[in-house]
Amino acid sequence: MGGTPADMAIPVDWYLYLSAALFIVGAAGMLIRRNLFIVLFSLELMLNAVNINLVGFSRFHENLAGQNFVLFVMAIAAAEAAVGLAIATALFRNRQTLMVDLFDRMKG
Amino acid sequence: MESYIWLIPVLPLVAFLITLIFGKWWIKDSAHWLPILAMAGSFGLSLAAFIQIRGSAEPVVVELWRWFSVGSFQVPFSLQMDQLSSVMCLVVSGISLLIFIYSKGYMHGDTGYYRFFAYMSLFGFSMLLLVLAGNYLLLYLGWEAVGLCSYYLIGYFYHKPEAAAAGKKAFIVNRVGDFGFGLGVMLIFVTFGTLDYVGVFQQVGVGGIGEGALLAIALLLFMGAMGKSAQFPLHVWLPDAMEGPTPVSALIHAATMVTAGVYLVARSAVIFASVPTALLVVGIIGTFTAIFAAVIGICQKDIKKVLAYSTVSQLGYMFMALGVGAWAIAIFHLMTHAFFKALLFLGAGSVIHSLGGEQDMDKMGGLRKRIPATYYTLVAGALALSGIFPFAGFWSKDDILGSVWRDGQYLFWAVGLIAAFITAFYTFRMIFMTFFGKPRMDEETGEHIHESPWSMIVPLIVLALGALLAGFLGLPGKLGVLQSFLEPVFGSANHILGIHEHSLAATDYVLMVVSVIVAMLGIVLAWFMYVKRTDLPALAGRRLQPVYRVVYNKFYVDEFYAATVVRLTVDGSRWVWRNFDEKIIDGAVHGTAWLWQRAGQVARPVQSGRVQNYLLGMFIGLFVVVTVVVFL
Repeated sequence: MGGTPADMAIPVDWYLYLSAALFIVGAAGMLIRRNLFIVLFSLELMLNAVNINLVGFSRFHENLAGQNFVLFVMAIAAAEAAVGLAIATALFRNRQTLMVDLFDRMKG
Repeated sequence: MESYIWLIPVLPLVAFLITLIFGKWWIKDSAHWLPILAMAGSFGLSLAAFIQIRGSAEPVVVELWRWFSVGSFQVPFSLQMDQLSSVMCLVVSGISLLIFIYSKGYMHGDTGYYRFFAYMSLFGFSMLLLVLAGNYLLLYLGWEAVGLCSYYLIGYFYHKPEAAAAGKKAFIVNRVGDFGFGLGVMLIFVTFGTLDYVGVFQQVGVGGIGEGALLAIALLLFMGAMGKSAQFPLHVWLPDAMEGPTPVSALIHAATMVTAGVYLVARSAVIFASVPTALLVVGIIGTFTAIFAAVIGICQKDIKKVLAYSTVSQLGYMFMALGVGAWAIAIFHLMTHAFFKALLFLGAGSVIHSLGGEQDMDKMGGLRKRIPATYYTLVAGALALSGIFPFAGFWSKDDILGSVWRDGQYLFWAVGLIAAFITAFYTFRMIFMTFFGKPRMDEETGEHIHESPWSMIVPLIVLALGALLAGFLGLPGKLGVLQSFLEPVFGSANHILGIHEHSLAATDYVLMVVSVIVAMLGIVLAWFMYVKRTDLPALAGRRLQPVYRVVYNKFYVDEFYAATVVRLTVDGSRWVWRNFDEKIIDGAVHGTAWLWQRAGQVARPVQSGRVQNYLLGMFIGLFVVVTVVVFL
């Protein structure tokens, strides 16, 4: 750590491009992939895109609050993954499939 | 007197409440005691008030509390005791007391015993409130309350469809009259700014009120009186009201409630005296009803129906008297009529009771020796109704005919005289068909004929004494105790009309003799047709077939109403039901449901059940929001 934003090796917008790219990949994966596991992985991608964003700005502003948030997000993501995987297991037991587009019992 | 007047109506009210609440489970077969005691108390207090009010020039008004107080609309809950009220109180509470005692025997063993006495007490309260009211609104309250009791008691045997229908008919027909009465009360307030008798009559006496307004008020009030007192063309409910138990017919539909119309017009004497046109209308309606109902009475077979038409006819006489400004005499006839008509009804009830419920006179006959006490008292009542000297009906009816003559309404007089002839005829037709000739009931009924219990006979005897003696209270001319007693109430009305007390002249004696002769002729004709030559009625019926049929069917008034008013109402209601209720009201409800159902169908594909679709929606929404926030 140390130094000023001016002598930062990598400018902040690079972080943003990476983060945006990851987020878009994650969002696209959530919307179009059929396998529930992939959907969950895509979700993790999106969360981590946000994390990169936070870390980038944290460094840019020299403020550790952003990195605090990242730790929170990671903890929550772990919990979410646990719940998500448990749901996936239960779903598979019931429906013998994990294809998301087949889960449409709530169709109006 | 101010301290206890309120108790006169309240005692029966208390009896009503207690009997109604505890009657079914607790009081049961001794339900008669409380109403009888309460009514005896009211009678005693009425008597005390009667003695105290004697000779008092001003009415005693007691304001119990302020009932309405809205801007200039001030109505106190006030009772007014004057000579007219006290006479009415005595008649109502006295006759009620006797009929309550009679009912103990007559209604014995009925399943609704407590219900009967409860409603009779409620009626007592309402009627006493009606005659004691100190303003028109309170009068209206009592007026509606007696109508309600009448409805309850006509439909007392509610499991009989005819009784239920008769109750409804009475209520609805009365509504026509009460509509007018209600408008009249409103118009009184608009015109005078007050509803208190004292205030209203004072302003009328001073003058300066428009003739048109007074005429409208008088006619509207009279409309109410026509409904309640069963005057043509609103008379149709009273004969049907005979579906109620006989004591009810005697008390409510003969002696007291139906005379409320007469009381109303007499109470408003000052108003009526100020508009001669209204008086003429009252006289014409009364006179016409007197003869119209009497004619129908000739052909009735049901003993109670005969008496019902007789009541309508006698009420017509009272209105005839009111129509020529003979207020006190109308009240006098009201009083004597209460005695002898209650007697006749109770006597008829005793006959019906002894025959196990038979009301058709074709199935009676020869009862004279079997039920002598009923026979003698009933004959006393019949003589009074026919107007035979010295029974009560003679004095009052003759007073009416005399005052009509003095007023110069000779047509009224002639019609009244003919009606008197018919009255004597149908009354004794009833007596002869019931008590003379061969028994026409079937054998089993014949064996079970029994004289009624003492609780029924004693009231009959008391009423028979009344029918014999009450007439001496109202001797004609200056001899009349009742007339001079009522003078403070009717003084100003008489002053407006220019009526003075008169001394008996030769014409009065001639008129008396004429009316007695006419009544005697009626009785003789009845005797000839129904005792001497029993084949004559059937023969006359055949000879005069068309006339007979019209009269027997009561001039088809009911049929006329059924074909016009009732038909119109029913058809109109059905049309509204089919077109308005089903199409518009139901249509609106169904239409609302249909609208949302359709909307749901249109919108349901949005709910695909796929999480990813929802997510896409969220992303699009987020995108739009962010775009708007960031770039706009």
